Amino acid sequence: MSVFKPRDWGSHAPLIAPGYKSTLLRGPSRAPLAIKSGLTEGTGPRFAPASVRELDFDLTKNGITNGEPLGERIVVHGRVLDTDGRPQPDIVVEVWQANAAGRYVHKVDQHDAPLDPNFRGSGRCMTDANGNYMFYTIKPGAYPWGNHFNAWRPNHIHLSVFGPGFATRLVTQMYFPGDPLLDLDPIFLETKDAAARERLIAKFSIKKTEEGFALGYQFDIVLRGRNGTPMEN
Amino acid sequence: MAYGETPSQTVGPYFAYGLTAGQYGYDFSDIVNPTVAGPDADGEHIRITGTVFDGEGNRVNDAMIEIWQADANGVYSENPVDVADSGFRGLGRCGTGTDADNRFWFETIKPGVVEDAKTPFVNVIVFMRGMLVHAFTRFYFDDEAALNAKDDVLQSVPADRRDTLIAKRIQTPTGIEYRIDIHMQGNAETVFFDV
Ligand SMILES: [Fe+2]
Repeated sequence: MSVFKPRDWGSHAPLIAPGYKSTLLRGPSRAPLAIKSGLTEGTGPRFAPASVRELDFDLTKNGITNGEPLGERIVVHGRVLDTDGRPQPDIVVEVWQANAAGRYVHKVDQHDAPLDPNFRGSGRCMTDANGNYMFYTIKPGAYPWGNHFNAWRPNHIHLSVFGPGFATRLVTQMYFPGDPLLDLDPIFLETKDAAARERLIAKFSIKKTEEGFALGYQFDIVLRGRNGTPMEN
Repeated sequence: MAYGETPSQTVGPYFAYGLTAGQYGYDFSDIVNPTVAGPDADGEHIRITGTVFDGEGNRVNDAMIEIWQADANGVYSENPVDVADSGFRGLGRCGTGTDADNRFWFETIKPGVVEDAKTPFVNVIVFMRGMLVHAFTRFYFDDEAALNAKDDVLQSVPADRRDTLIAKRIQTPTGIEYRIDIHMQGNAETVFFDV
């Protein structure tokens, strides 16, 4: 028996998703072959707490050159857990995003919107013993892309997690509630299951909102659970 | 099942300043890079290189490849991955946007045979703009034909597609290199696994 439960393909987009044109030439055309290999898929990289440096979790501070970054300051709290609800401790969460104007620091991004000299837009954090993580950032702006006429990506933050095993690796995007672009975005919509799509949208949280400082959002990340008898540790 | 899985979303074209900063020259630290095994690691030091091709045979210049492998004794590391470690790390990550020919490369050692396999291999994940879900594959080694013939996973792959998983050993002036390309589609489409 495999270490992890099979991927729930119903929670994911098809490999070739016509609404998102780049998948037509880049998604594998054949279904992946199922394999079971307990030892290999159950292992995965671990990271020491020191791999997350002091300011890595604060994107409002880790790119400063001469002042504060522009935009709406937010704090994102979340848990990394598995489909059985078990919290995943010591998981690195890598974060990258556009600035408040919708522009990425990446050299290839040529969108006609200003860079912010005080915002790089990348960072990382690590889950605690209860699977909780948090980071500060600036709410990213929407940006246009070439998929179709007048295509705009909804506001989103890119997230990457190494779960407990190489098989649970996940790269995803966190969206914001009430964004009118969500209903028009093929990257979001190609996940056909509406309940699964909801899991990509952070929840606004007045409880997590910091008085006079930052709006709070909650975004949980759910990875595949383990097969068989639950084991401690 | 108490909770549903979080859907995968594309890594997009702009990951480099977050995930592969050192390789691409951004001012941010790395937690992983193309060095899977530093100079002090035990084992035969090798380089693995290749190119990612899309369905029209074009080189993909914005893919990100990750590999995870056992050490020379066939054991997966339980030590934290540390880019300052001059020994064996086990994990590597490389983008295809910095090499002049858009290759990925990894400095590593040839892995030993792990307990639940019969032949050495490297676990691989392919990410890129245009993939909403990353793809898992494996790299095997062409100088291990006898062991490869006994490996359950490799033998479960249809014979006419097995070659897509086998890296070719080449002696170069700078050491042993294994070359393997990743084809997302077409006649030579790489075999991807649902792990
Ligand atoms: Fe993006």
